[in-house]
Amino acid sequence: MARAVTNQRKAINTAAAWIIGLLIFFPILWTILTSFKTEAQAISDPPVFLFFQWTTENYSTVMERSNYGRFLWNSIFIAGGSTILGLIIAIPAAWSMAFVPSRRTKDILLWMLSTKMLPAVGVLYPIYLLFIQFGLLDNVYGLTFILMLINLPIIVWMLYTYFREIPGEILEAARMDGANLKSEILYVLTPMAIPGIASTMLLNFILAWNEAFWTLNLTAAKAAPLTAFIASYSSPEGLFYAKLSAASTMAIAPILIMGWFSQKQLVRGLTFGAVK
Amino acid sequence: MGRIQLKQVQKKFGDVEVIPPLDLEINDGEFVVFVGPSGCGKSTLLRLIAGLEDTTSGLIEIDGADATALPPAKRRLAMVFQSYALYPHMTVRKNIAFPMRMAGMDQAEQEKRIASAAKALNLTDYLDRRPGQLSGGQRQRVAIGRAIVREPAAFLFDEPLSNLDAALRVGMRMEISELHKKLATTMVYVTHDQVEAMTMADKIVVLQAGVIEQVGSPLELYHTPRNKFVAGFIGSPKMNLIEGPEAAKHDAHTIGIRPEHIEVSTTEGQWQGTVGVAEHLGSDTFIHIHGIPGCDPMTVRASGDVSVRHGDTVHLTPIASQIHKFGADGLRMS
Repeated sequence: MARAVTNQRKAINTAAAWIIGLLIFFPILWTILTSFKTEAQAISDPPVFLFFQWTTENYSTVMERSNYGRFLWNSIFIAGGSTILGLIIAIPAAWSMAFVPSRRTKDILLWMLSTKMLPAVGVLYPIYLLFIQFGLLDNVYGLTFILMLINLPIIVWMLYTYFREIPGEILEAARMDGANLKSEILYVLTPMAIPGIASTMLLNFILAWNEAFWTLNLTAAKAAPLTAFIASYSSPEGLFYAKLSAASTMAIAPILIMGWFSQKQLVRGLTFGAVK
Repeated sequence: MGRIQLKQVQKKFGDVEVIPPLDLEINDGEFVVFVGPSGCGKSTLLRLIAGLEDTTSGLIEIDGADATALPPAKRRLAMVFQSYALYPHMTVRKNIAFPMRMAGMDQAEQEKRIASAAKALNLTDYLDRRPGQLSGGQRQRVAIGRAIVREPAAFLFDEPLSNLDAALRVGMRMEISELHKKLATTMVYVTHDQVEAMTMADKIVVLQAGVIEQVGSPLELYHTPRNKFVAGFIGSPKMNLIEGPEAAKHDAHTIGIRPEHIEVSTTEGQWQGTVGVAEHLGSDTFIHIHGIPGCDPMTVRASGDVSVRHGDTVHLTPIASQIHKFGADGLRMS
């Protein structure tokens, strides 16, 4: 009897999970579908779901109108660059917090995280002025740097939780074996923390890829990544849903594919190392 | 060379003094065992020597040179940890090679030393495996291999056998002792197991609450414990400590008699008691006897298989020459 109840519950849970999953996925699915419709079908009422005249015309229009390749490259450069730069700074920081903590370490970690709670628009003005001052507006290096700073607290936190799982005795053994700090981090800590570092990298890459506030505000044409590419399709000339959808699909496709292949690492990353 | 001297070494964690200032001398080639109950500071003392903890005050000298402020890597010491602390992402070969790689030793010499260490430790067939694919005993051997290839001034062992099962522990104990005979390098070994201490050490350092209670050879500690703590700690089963009128007969506050120094008889003897539990080991029988004034239960070690059962009445007589006398301060009375 007890078993029957469990099975029933299992079925309900599975169904609920599917419904929630589909609900979350629906906007993306709708975007992809819309990208294959004509502009007229895209705004038709009632909306058409699957049975319409499939067309790739929107994609060719979008490709003709804008230089997708450059936006894509900017996105890769900014997301990749900010992630690598962030890791170079965060690995030693997380090492010291995890293995030689002081009485204030917890406070520092919380303080760092609290900067993420600040509304970004609150610091837009000073940062905008600084960017003008240093000639960094519409510059991929400037954007890489600012996105690295924005996501640094998350990287440090994630690495900290991963490093904490590594037994300190192994690092002490490395010290006894003659390793200096650099060798200890390079040859012992980092290889052991590779799974954690990989999920941190992935998550941070995605966060940077999707970051729209700073990329829209600090770029114009040269340094604009895919987020700006999407935004350029909601233009003053009016909304072209089908073309906007095609642009969106093209912008999210790389990250969606990457996410699909690294699901396992991502889940681990998103649980912040709390679940083994 | 591996002579280690501690001069007034003190360790505090915040306001807590874990090790009050102490002096200790470890001679070149000696096998020294730090033994004591959990939390007595023996591991901390070892870590101070290793340089993994900073001393609060005092001086640590290695071969006459001040090493107090040297980082662990510069002290020419090798350490074997309780958890083995192998590098899980490296093969056995790379684990053993790591200290040599850090020292920048040339490849040919590295290979030579790895081969000889692997041969000595029966690891030749496992060189390309990862630590995760090895048994506990093999992992411990890798840890030892990693320590010996450096040819350090001294080896430090932090409870290296406590994660192994009983049979393996006895085997590894022998291996480490043999290694010491062969290398004749100073070894400092921490354990809470007094059997390990007795069987392996040239010199035992008994610690309690960070204080050295006694330093001496295993038999010195066994025959002439300096105080009640050492008397009770060294020897297995533990020495029986008797207080009250029985002790007063010997003009002492406490008298101690080891289980193996008591004769058992079913007919006559100095004390009379009832058998509680009898542990038959075949070679020996440990009998726990209740009803002896001032010491309950009293443990007796009888040689061979003695047929006593729960509830039997027995008579006990201590061997007079083997009685240890302690004063009210717990110290041995000469």
